[in-house]
Amino acid sequence: MINLAYRDISHGLGRYLLTGLGLGLLIGVTLTMAGVYRGMVDDAHALIDASGADIWVVQQHTLGPYAEPSTLHDDAWRAVAGLPGVAEVGNVTYLTMQARQDRSDVRVMIAGFEPGRLGEPRHLVAGRPVTRSHYEAVADLKSGFQLGDRVRIRRNDYTVVGLTKRMVSSGGDPMVFIPLKDAQEAQFLKDNPAIVNDRNRLAANPQLNRPGIPGLLEALQADRTANHNVNAVLVRVTPGTDARAVADNIMRWKRLTAYTRADMEEVLVAKLIATSAKQIGLFLVILAVVSAAIVALIIYTMTMSKIKEIAVLKLIGTRNRVIGGMILQQALGLGVVGFVVGKLAATLWAPVFPKYVLLMPEDALRAFAITMAICTLASLLGIRAAMRVSPASAIGGG
Amino acid sequence: MEPAIKLEGLVKRYGSGAAAVDALKGVDMVVYPGEVVGLVGPSGSGKTTLLQCLGAVIDPTAGRISLGGKVTFDAEWKIRDLRELRRDSIGFMFQAPYLIPFLDVTDNIALLPMLAGRPNGEARSRARELLAALDMTHRASARISQLSGGEAQRVSIARALANNPPIILADEPTAPLDSARSLAVVKLLNQLADKYRTAIIVVTHDDSIIPTFKRIYHIREGRAHEEQGEGRLIET
Repeated sequence: MINLAYRDISHGLGRYLLTGLGLGLLIGVTLTMAGVYRGMVDDAHALIDASGADIWVVQQHTLGPYAEPSTLHDDAWRAVAGLPGVAEVGNVTYLTMQARQDRSDVRVMIAGFEPGRLGEPRHLVAGRPVTRSHYEAVADLKSGFQLGDRVRIRRNDYTVVGLTKRMVSSGGDPMVFIPLKDAQEAQFLKDNPAIVNDRNRLAANPQLNRPGIPGLLEALQADRTANHNVNAVLVRVTPGTDARAVADNIMRWKRLTAYTRADMEEVLVAKLIATSAKQIGLFLVILAVVSAAIVALIIYTMTMSKIKEIAVLKLIGTRNRVIGGMILQQALGLGVVGFVVGKLAATLWAPVFPKYVLLMPEDALRAFAITMAICTLASLLGIRAAMRVSPASAIGGG
Repeated sequence: MEPAIKLEGLVKRYGSGAAAVDALKGVDMVVYPGEVVGLVGPSGSGKTTLLQCLGAVIDPTAGRISLGGKVTFDAEWKIRDLRELRRDSIGFMFQAPYLIPFLDVTDNIALLPMLAGRPNGEARSRARELLAALDMTHRASARISQLSGGEAQRVSIARALANNPPIILADEPTAPLDSARSLAVVKLLNQLADKYRTAIIVVTHDDSIIPTFKRIYHIREGRAHEEQGEGRLIET
């Protein structure tokens, strides 16, 4: 028996492929949206992995350091380091800001770390680690910075001495690592006019500028401009130690909040990107509905364009299931063409997106199954129209 | 001789009650194998309804239909598989050829034997045989869009004959053709009817071909009136 669907497709191959191309671009957008969500989740995991920590110690009752502001004294690590099961600690600061290089700005997450301690950038792909106490930086490749580049962060210039890969914030901004002292200044130090203004205000306050207490005013002014805060203390536990127990211990005795790796994943994935995920999810639903409507319309139009032929086919004894099968096969073929085009398009344009787009094989497989299901459902409209055609309409032009 | 088509008191009523309309009011008709009969009448006289009843696409309200010596409809009873009846026992021709545009000439004809369950090779062989009989072998692989009007109508004749049915119903087959081509088609139908012993009913408005029929049924207000035709083309 002749495959009617194949023959019909071959007859109007150009139109069929063009239709598949249009559908494919829509599927490509859908796959990309899913990839954007996957990329956000992967960015969150990359951030957690990049820190190398088992526990994040932050200001009490905050979701810091990535989801909420968190401020700790930079000597809080001493109290944590002494707890049982703690192998290594490190102060860190995180600040998302614009870094200027030449005449262009790049949005980056500045990470302050203490060289040689936890929080230091790992796995350099080029250059060397930071060895000087000031004005050296290690940047992620995604920032576009090259080794030797001079990057302006706040009021100081930094030389890029090393490069990392896939070290990004949960928002996808590339990370730039600088020494902790510099990062503290970048985050907490005010600009010079503000400092002068603060000093004048202190000096004008008679309660703080008392003639009888020499040195009080200077001490207060020095304290105001000192930077002894960090955003979090990273903790690595000794092998075999339960990070949860150590975190509980920190929270119970040190009046701080501590998150394990699982907690932090929950914060970053379930809380920080939850709204974006819902947004993307809604987009995916809308795109699926639009795709279904388009396929249904195309198949319906294709069916209606050969309604007389269908009537003749019925009249000469073609079974309904042969005609229905023809329409279904055409719809599924359209789905296959659309999926191949969509996957190809998404693969080609994904690297061009500013944020990481992660196309996962299981998502592609799921999209293929959904596409086939949508095409099957959409073909029902065309099949219904074909089934309603009476063979009598072939006779007498009716 | 056993008639190929026999209608007895065929009635077709549309609607019911006061709104009921009798399109056919007791049609009697007999067509023998190898005969080409004309079916004429003004618009709305019931020609199309009669053809649809004969073609087993609508059910008559009353009467009896016998096709190829087999009763296919008798008052309340009708043959079970009408699709199979249409496929195996009736050939159809239309005003326009209505060929399947995505199949080539051979497969348009071979499709019918294939639908009847014949192997592809055998079906195509039958198609080639019919194309040869219609002097269309050179167009066997052509696309439908490449055929002239006359060629397309000849392919539709071949398709109607593909399963060697005892009857062919032709609904104004010469409507799109000029008179010379119309006469050629009717001549061909007569030759094929004679060759394959097929009974052919030709519904027509075409004055140029009406004189070619030996017998004509005039349909007026739902009734069939038999008349002798001139059968002129055949004599020449």
